[in-house]
Amino acid sequence: MLEIKNLTVAYDNSPVFEALDVTFESGKITGIIGPNGAGKSTLIKGLLNLIPKRSGSVLIDGQKIKKVSNKIAYVEQRKALDLTFPINVFDVVLTGTYGKLGLFKVPGNAEKQIAYTALDQVNLLDYQDRQIGNLSGGQLQRVFVARAIAQEADIIILDEPFVGIDIKSERDIMAIIKYWRDEGKTIIVVHHDLNKVFDYFDNLVILNHGIVASGSVAQTYTPENIQQAFSADLSAVLFDDTKKVGSAS
Amino acid sequence: MTSILNFIEAMGKYDFLQTAMITATMVGIMSGLIGSFIILRGMSLMGDAVSHAVLPGVAVAFMFNLNLLIGASIFGVLAAILIGFVATHSKLKTDTSIGVIFSAFYALGFILISLAESATNLHHILFGNVLAVSDNDLISTTVVLAIVILFVVVFYKELLVTSFDETYAKTYGLNTTLVHYSLMIVLTLVTVSALQTVGIILVVAMLITPAATAFLWTDRMHVLLLLSASLGIVAAVGGLYASYTFNWASGPAIVLVSAIIFGISFVVSPKQGLLFKQKPKTAPAAVTLKEELDA
Repeated sequence: MLEIKNLTVAYDNSPVFEALDVTFESGKITGIIGPNGAGKSTLIKGLLNLIPKRSGSVLIDGQKIKKVSNKIAYVEQRKALDLTFPINVFDVVLTGTYGKLGLFKVPGNAEKQIAYTALDQVNLLDYQDRQIGNLSGGQLQRVFVARAIAQEADIIILDEPFVGIDIKSERDIMAIIKYWRDEGKTIIVVHHDLNKVFDYFDNLVILNHGIVASGSVAQTYTPENIQQAFSADLSAVLFDDTKKVGSAS
Repeated sequence: MTSILNFIEAMGKYDFLQTAMITATMVGIMSGLIGSFIILRGMSLMGDAVSHAVLPGVAVAFMFNLNLLIGASIFGVLAAILIGFVATHSKLKTDTSIGVIFSAFYALGFILISLAESATNLHHILFGNVLAVSDNDLISTTVVLAIVILFVVVFYKELLVTSFDETYAKTYGLNTTLVHYSLMIVLTLVTVSALQTVGIILVVAMLITPAATAFLWTDRMHVLLLLSASLGIVAAVGGLYASYTFNWASGPAIVLVSAIIFGISFVVSPKQGLLFKQKPKTAPAAVTLKEELDA
């Protein structure tokens, strides 16, 4: 379980959100949705201490996050990584074991086995020797998911994991996420595609410069909340669509 | 051929040439190793900056008869810290911050050196004089080489992960700032050692060129390190040979040999693909499409 208490993050004196409280349950996939600029990535980066926060504490099972940082795995939004870096798929996944290894220890057979297993789970064993620049976007994302598997973390945070990737990769990654959930881990997914909310998530945090709603999907994914976080238009279109899809099937 | 034999014969005869060869080789190894991380972290300019910023330290060491390594290291690290401080506490980009700080240190160094005395020293510092390496210099170079090898071997994992994906390293709790400044300290030590071989102005070439050349040939980190260190040795030996045979200044000769190897690699390396195409790997787009069909 991950608890955020009284979190305030500000850029240049204008707070993105203030005194935010939210809890993420274990054994659940929690989606974070909200319009562009609502502070979704900021919330993630703030809780991970990647950006300075003005106030707030983050607890993992009651312990301060700094003490248990290797219990968290983070799959960043696809970013400008150096794809020419002289590293292959296997070695990227192997870096997933570094956090638990600590300083002065070299990854041995046990760590390599973890990396192989993780690669197998994302169906990339055949690509283990590839330099990472020679992969498709979906394969690259699966490599980073495999690294998260190798971290053997209790909390897994994924920021927009499905943006710009192929359907098979999305399916593979979603299968891993559900597997993690069934193992009792806490999974947090920043997401923008509102259509898949029911298929993908157990819980939802709707964000717009603060919490609009949080709880189970059934409780939170309502026209009123979507209207409040996004716009009346979007809410009308979405919930109209849901009805049509529902009646057609 | 005779010139090579002459060179080998001279090596046997003259102690100073042996010492020069040993020193240049050790510097070639250490700058090849550290240079690999410098180019992968996109810090080539930082390497140049630190090498110039040690000048006031060298001057102060001369003035007060201190150990050159210590004097220079203090100023090198100070410059690295100031560059980081200005970049994080303003909206200026890092390269701008580097430009301001290193030129100021360099200027200060010039003035201190001229206050310190003899002009020959300045010339040696700027362009290196590997033929005048003392026994003490040899010992300190050996110590620095040992530190560099130990640093790279012991912290290989941390250097690799912070160079490749610093954000990830932070999230699992690694102190990436500490890794950065440790690398800066080691970089400064390498710079001061390389100063004797090629001089301040050309230190950056020792750091960057062998590593850049190695990068043109390999996709694996450990191969890059070994190749880069080996190319550092080849440049040192080849440069000294050219220096002895054609009566060229040793520092520029080493740098030129290194640059020529880079030039050749740029043209012929398969990874670069200017002359020979690398064996075609399946294009990413095609893979995706195939996978879509399989699925």
